[in-house]
Amino acid sequence: MLIRRIKTAIPYALLTVITAPIIVSYGWLFMSSFAKRTEGLKPYGFTLSNWRFLWEPLPNMPSIWRITANTLAFALVVTILEVGIAAATGYALSRLHFPGRRGFLSLTLILHAFPSVTLLIAIFYILRLLHLYDTLLGVILVKASLELPLGTWIMKGFFDNVSWDIEMAALIDGCSRFRTWWQVIIPNIRPGIAALSIFAFLSGWSEFLLPYIFLTSFNNWTLSVLIKRLIGDFRFVDYGLLTAVGLFYIIPVLFFFIFTQEYLLNIYTGGVKG
Amino acid sequence: MEVQLENLTKYFGKVLAVDNLNLEIKDGEFVALLGPSGCGKTTTLLMVAGIYKPTKGYVKFNGQAVNHLLPKDRDIGMVFQSYALYPHMTVYENLTFPLKLKKVPAEEMRRKAQRIADMLGIGELMDRKPGQLSGGQQQRVALGRALIKEPKLLLFDEPLSNLDARLRLAMRGEIKRLQMSLGITSIYVTHDQVEAMTMADRIAVLNKGQLQAYAPPEELYDRPRTLFVAGFIGNPPMNLFEMELYQEDDHYKLRHPDLSLAIPDSRKPRRQPSGRRVIVGLRPEDISIGPEGEIESEIYMVEPLGRDDIITCKIGEIKVQTVVDSRLGYRIGDKVRISFNMEKVQLYDPQTELSLLWA
Ligand SMILES: Nc1ncnc2c1ncn2[C@@H]1O[C@H](COP(=O)(O)OP(=O)(O)OP(=O)(O)O)[C@@H](O)[C@H]1O
Ligand SMILES: [Mg+2]
Repeated sequence: MLIRRIKTAIPYALLTVITAPIIVSYGWLFMSSFAKRTEGLKPYGFTLSNWRFLWEPLPNMPSIWRITANTLAFALVVTILEVGIAAATGYALSRLHFPGRRGFLSLTLILHAFPSVTLLIAIFYILRLLHLYDTLLGVILVKASLELPLGTWIMKGFFDNVSWDIEMAALIDGCSRFRTWWQVIIPNIRPGIAALSIFAFLSGWSEFLLPYIFLTSFNNWTLSVLIKRLIGDFRFVDYGLLTAVGLFYIIPVLFFFIFTQEYLLNIYTGGVKG
Repeated sequence: MEVQLENLTKYFGKVLAVDNLNLEIKDGEFVALLGPSGCGKTTTLLMVAGIYKPTKGYVKFNGQAVNHLLPKDRDIGMVFQSYALYPHMTVYENLTFPLKLKKVPAEEMRRKAQRIADMLGIGELMDRKPGQLSGGQQQRVALGRALIKEPKLLLFDEPLSNLDARLRLAMRGEIKRLQMSLGITSIYVTHDQVEAMTMADRIAVLNKGQLQAYAPPEELYDRPRTLFVAGFIGNPPMNLFEMELYQEDDHYKLRHPDLSLAIPDSRKPRRQPSGRRVIVGLRPEDISIGPEGEIESEIYMVEPLGRDDIITCKIGEIKVQTVVDSRLGYRIGDKVRISFNMEKVQLYDPQTELSLLWA
């Protein structure tokens, strides 16, 4: 009895030890965002002034809500583009035989492995050429394109797992190819689409490099850029403000996780259920 | 609907899956495509369905080539080995999916689904998802989905091979009964010869993409035209061994260091073999053990099947199998006398593998 209890407790104990540093640092982030000052790691006092950015604009900066809206738009549109296009290309790569299919497949892998930092200058010129430099749309397109190879690859994997028989049955039952894709195949890879959407959204939400480089106007900033500016541009760093903004940046992600973790788990427990 | 396959050929890259197949199927006929794994049965069926494009040749419905028609325009129903039910739809949605695509009014759809479900005994399951059904139930739903749009042609790809033996027997009868009462032309792919023999009006035997024989079951069994068919149809399989064929006073005879046989006039070869040697075929039931037998042999192996034993006898170098009542209690090593019913003998040319009697 006791032995069994100890046995079940061991994994929890281990997990607790491993996650403790992360939990402690988030706890510290939370507490110090409400603290008047910190000495070393110890927060003192209580104030809401670190959170004042919620109701008054920061000095020399646009309203936080504007930036949040930018970030949200950026993450959402990237997600929609990436998932939508990957669902089509992944299907084509998984199911159709067309000339150059193999080449295309290896290219997606190579592109995925390619360090995108090396492309920054080229992208800069392209964006200038298209008059998309310093626009949210431009960065969205860049981000979506860079994510697409992996997205396509992942989607292809999900399509590969749907049996051919179902697709043939649909064609014989009277579907066109498009309808088969939309009404029979897509519903069967919903967990896959959900997973890719979640990953795409999180990756978009936390993207820093591209907005930082290609968005120069205040009004186009995203939250990650804002945080960087808070660290970089002040003569002395306002840690209270920084922690509050950081927390503000994390909260949507936390909520997102809570609501989607069921889907994420679903991917591993397998298949469409219910 | 009549179906004709003309010089139907399919290559997958360099692999020849179906080789110049010619077959015609009459209206309302039930034809089985029988052959070992990988012989091109599924490929043939999928070309008829319009999923695969033939590399060469034609699929014709009622004399009209349909090569260019999409599967959805061919008016066919298909049952897959894996059932291929849509996992995200309920049984009712699965059944009515073909009707929904045809924009059949909701009321009529419900009526037809009810009728099919009653016919197949799945009325209780309408709200379940395929994942919540047993294999046999899924099989019925798949059958219902193929039948509901009242197709002109039904295609079956080994629909029973995932069921247990008892259920398979029951479904076999049921499918045959349904097909007969509805009179729908059907092509039924199987590698189970019993299934083919019991259900089909005619059986097309395929091997390595080529048509070996196309005949009613009895004819296939009694007069196999090729060595492959002789060895493939029948269980336990036909005994096949090489002997030398010669003529003596107008009679044909067979000899071998261990055995001599006379061929009755009714089984006189119609053609000469390319060499002197021929392959002799005798079904197990045409070999009997008993004191009046003229051939001496020794029992080499006994395989009990319950009511019967399969007994392998050794005549010198030659081994033959026969089936006897297990109560006779033969043992390995017993010396027995056996006799061949030469009125049923088959003769094959070892070079061409064609029958000297029927081909
Ligand atoms: N999509 C494909 N691509 C390449 N080769 C294929 C394809 N489908 C079938 N083949 C090949 O064609 C041949 C015939 O295959 P087919 O599936 O028609 O056999 P089958 O008679 O249905 O066998 P089984 O009884 O195992 O289902 C096989 O050699 C197979 O490897
Ligand atoms: Mg097959």
